[in-house]
Amino acid sequence: MKRDANAARQETLLWIAQRASAAVLAVCVLVHLATLIYAVRGGLSAAEILARTHGSTLWLGFYSLFVLAVAVHAPIGLRTVLAEWIGWRGTWRDAFLLGFAMLIAGMGLRAVTAVFA
Amino acid sequence: MSESLRVRVWRGTGDGEYRAYEVPRHASQTVLDVVTHIQRALDPTLAYRFACRVGMCGSCAMTVNGVARWTCRTHVDKAVKGNQLEIGPLRNLPVIRDLVTDMREFFDKWAKARGKFEGGRTRGDDLARVSPDSEDRKLIEAGIECIGCGVCYSACDVVAWNPDYLGPAALNRAWTLVKDERDTAGLERLRAVAGDAGCHACHSHMSCTERCPKGIAPTASIAGLKRAVGRAALRGEL
Repeated sequence: MKRDANAARQETLLWIAQRASAAVLAVCVLVHLATLIYAVRGGLSAAEILARTHGSTLWLGFYSLFVLAVAVHAPIGLRTVLAEWIGWRGTWRDAFLLGFAMLIAGMGLRAVTAVFA
Repeated sequence: MSESLRVRVWRGTGDGEYRAYEVPRHASQTVLDVVTHIQRALDPTLAYRFACRVGMCGSCAMTVNGVARWTCRTHVDKAVKGNQLEIGPLRNLPVIRDLVTDMREFFDKWAKARGKFEGGRTRGDDLARVSPDSEDRKLIEAGIECIGCGVCYSACDVVAWNPDYLGPAALNRAWTLVKDERDTAGLERLRAVAGDAGCHACHSHMSCTERCPKGIAPTASIAGLKRAVGRAALRGEL
């Protein structure tokens, strides 16, 4: 019974995390696309973009948040896909997904630091 | 309206086959009338299930031209394609024979979802007074008329993908009890309906809501459960 209660709590918290990260992503994607369209309307080179982003704490914070939201959101969604499509459930699946989350976060934050720091 | 219907009916169990029958067509004929004609006039070995014939008992649901329906209240005109009808057992349930499914798993899940009312009063206590105008009572009203026909369960893709999923009817029932101010199972029920086999597995495809013959929206009930369970989890009560 205690184990059931723990599982219920864990599943519910994952669900909340996925909905909350989706809300963050909805805003991040819109800001990202709007900025993209605005910034390149006259044509921009990579060097010019880097010149603008270097040292900007605002964009560093924004894209770090974006990356972390993806790292939370995508593995939880993939968790359901793996369960429903290939029947993969249990600890090994969750361990694999934890690794996947860390990979996304690591690669994303590395890119963010390269562009902004 | 053509004179006769070409009806293909599922015969046998899981590895059975569709068999063709020619059935005379009448005005205001229901799909259940068609099945009954086949059993009484053409093939007495056909197994199917029905009782009230007026949409109250929930026993005659079948898959008609690919769609789960209550057959006693479905006119042939509504379901027929040209003059073709294909009638099979409900999806997502084991077939006992022909059009009869084993509903045990469906109703066992009602019990797993704590679908039984648990009160705290005795016959010595005064009656509970529940205002029909209260928000909770109105939410119960929207979900209470379920007849347990299994149409939603048969129409649900998540049930097909995740055999442990409690399904729309059981979760809808749990929701009407969560909103019942007399019920005392509170957190126990929220725990029972949380997680991978419960409300969080619902993808909101809304097939249950589309197909429910009683016009209930189990998707809305399940969304209510998600909110209630989520609040309990955030408060640390779950």
